[in-house]
Amino acid sequence: MARATTVVSVTVIATESLSKRYPSVTALDRLSVAVAPGVTGLVGANGAGKSTLIKILLGLSPATEGRAAVLGLDVATEGPRIRGLVGYMPEHDCLPPDVSATEFVVHMARMSGLPPSAARERTADTLRHVGLYEERYRPMGGYSTGMKQRVKLAQALVHDPKLVLLDEPTNGLDPAGRDEMLGLIRRVHTDFGISVLVTSHLLGELERTSDHIVVIDGGKLLRASSTSDFTQTTASLAVEVTDREGELLALLTGAGLTAQANGHLLLVDIAGDETYDTVRDAVAGLGVGLVRMEQRRHRIAELFIDDASAPAGETAHATEGDGRDAA
Amino acid sequence: MTQPDTATPHATPGAPAAAAGTRAGSPPDVIHNIGYRSYEGPRLGRAYARKSLFAQSLRGAYGLGRSAKSKVLPMILLGVMCLPALIIVAVTVFADRSDLPVQYTRYAVILQAVITLFVASQAPQSVSRDLRFKTTPLYFSRPIERVDYVAAKYAALASALFLLTALPLLILYIGALLAKLSFGHQTAGFAKGLVSVLLLSLLFAGIGLVISAVTPRRGFGVAAVIALFVITYAAVSSVQGVAAAQERYDVIGWIGLFSPITLIDGFQTWFLGAHSAFPHASGPPNAAAGIAYLLVLLGIVAGTFALLMRRYEKVGMA
Repeated sequence: MARATTVVSVTVIATESLSKRYPSVTALDRLSVAVAPGVTGLVGANGAGKSTLIKILLGLSPATEGRAAVLGLDVATEGPRIRGLVGYMPEHDCLPPDVSATEFVVHMARMSGLPPSAARERTADTLRHVGLYEERYRPMGGYSTGMKQRVKLAQALVHDPKLVLLDEPTNGLDPAGRDEMLGLIRRVHTDFGISVLVTSHLLGELERTSDHIVVIDGGKLLRASSTSDFTQTTASLAVEVTDREGELLALLTGAGLTAQANGHLLLVDIAGDETYDTVRDAVAGLGVGLVRMEQRRHRIAELFIDDASAPAGETAHATEGDGRDAA
Repeated sequence: MTQPDTATPHATPGAPAAAAGTRAGSPPDVIHNIGYRSYEGPRLGRAYARKSLFAQSLRGAYGLGRSAKSKVLPMILLGVMCLPALIIVAVTVFADRSDLPVQYTRYAVILQAVITLFVASQAPQSVSRDLRFKTTPLYFSRPIERVDYVAAKYAALASALFLLTALPLLILYIGALLAKLSFGHQTAGFAKGLVSVLLLSLLFAGIGLVISAVTPRRGFGVAAVIALFVITYAAVSSVQGVAAAQERYDVIGWIGLFSPITLIDGFQTWFLGAHSAFPHASGPPNAAAGIAYLLVLLGIVAGTFALLMRRYEKVGMA
């Protein structure tokens, strides 16, 4: 299933103490990170340095210090070669309204060096893969945001790159469009075999799509790990019982779990699947009613402040349902 | 296992391995999804990409590959440019004249308003659009470099202008030969005319592009380009008029340096032996002035290119 990820030593992106300073701000501060093949989420608040990193990786903006390599090519010297092998989808709107998607993507394919006939063939293929059919012959000015995002993705994929850099691809999409786009991004790796670096300011949506997550803040690396590690360390379990929270807290702490009381709620860090069993057994042992037990994911903002004192974050899933009458 | 199943063994030899493995034996009504195909063909690189951008921009200057509406103005302007040449040819042939009534080098000067309109409408079309719709970052995320983008855009507009200004000269030349005018004299005149409109195309394209690249708003670009050409020409002409009234003919020759079309006029008067359109036909008064025309001309062409490079250093990845 995960054949592609067995070769861990191959990196698509490697940066070494990469810094970018402007007169007034430091956009990147000694960032060292290695990105393996697969889908990697680059998470950071607005202004965290995501777009600056992408510009440096494309060889368009020189780093103040440090080094970076994309697909084994040095960004300082091999910019044009890197850009031939990499696709880029910008965050902002970038489509001229009076041109059809087909004409536009053909032109962009040729700008990537594809001969005219190949450019036309690959455009038809790629637009179909991103889910654009009859409307591809109409001027893009009349497209919905979702369709525009698909064309933007298509122009990044049309030359069959080894890696695509997607800058906030879900921006401006409604929840359904967001899910479709995330599914499409997942397919770019699983079906097309193209590695993906996707940025977002929302950790939650990248958790579902990415194999690895890199979090940066203020140009510094906050953490980089596989998504499964990430979910475990960032997720906590909110437990509400009818009575005797204090005793339950003591029981759970005694069982080796990290837990805090937050009003009537107990927030238990999820150490693994066995955490659910421990909580269930402890509640049952006390003989109190379990009002609710749900998994909480931290919003990206919470990563930047003290985890423990964070108020209830985004409720992503209610994994165990509400086990009322558990006793 | 029933008989129909075994009767169709391996019915889909070309199907993807995964699909064949899971659905062996059953013949469902499948929609043949070809799946993703990787591209193993040639990648032609920077020079090809630059050429593609040049071709697309040159076609775009005449509205080709764009909406029907955007073809109207450039095609009308091309027609207006050529119409007087056709009339001149007709007059020459039927009036049995010994020379064309208009010099090759004078043609563009007479029709400068048409050329100005073309630059003003098509320079913003070429670069403001990319800025306004933020398409430039897509270009710069591809193998081309900044200089390729600037060079392709510059060359495309200059070529479009050359087409606009050289085509009527070609009509004049063919007409002159049909009218059996002196071959040597006509060929020399035509060649000088081509040199003149080539420089004019480079000069006008550079000025038009620099102004247009400042603003993502097309309307503003159009107005600014027209204003620059009209105001400088009006200013130069009125100063020349005053100078002519005071019989200061050397001033007339020098002052022509300060507007695009008079710059071309002065240059071709000194270097190509053209008859100047200045008052009193006072071209550059001496060699120093002649050299000054050449240097200013080349300086503006190089300077506008450098300014465009600087501009895209800033806005390239906006």
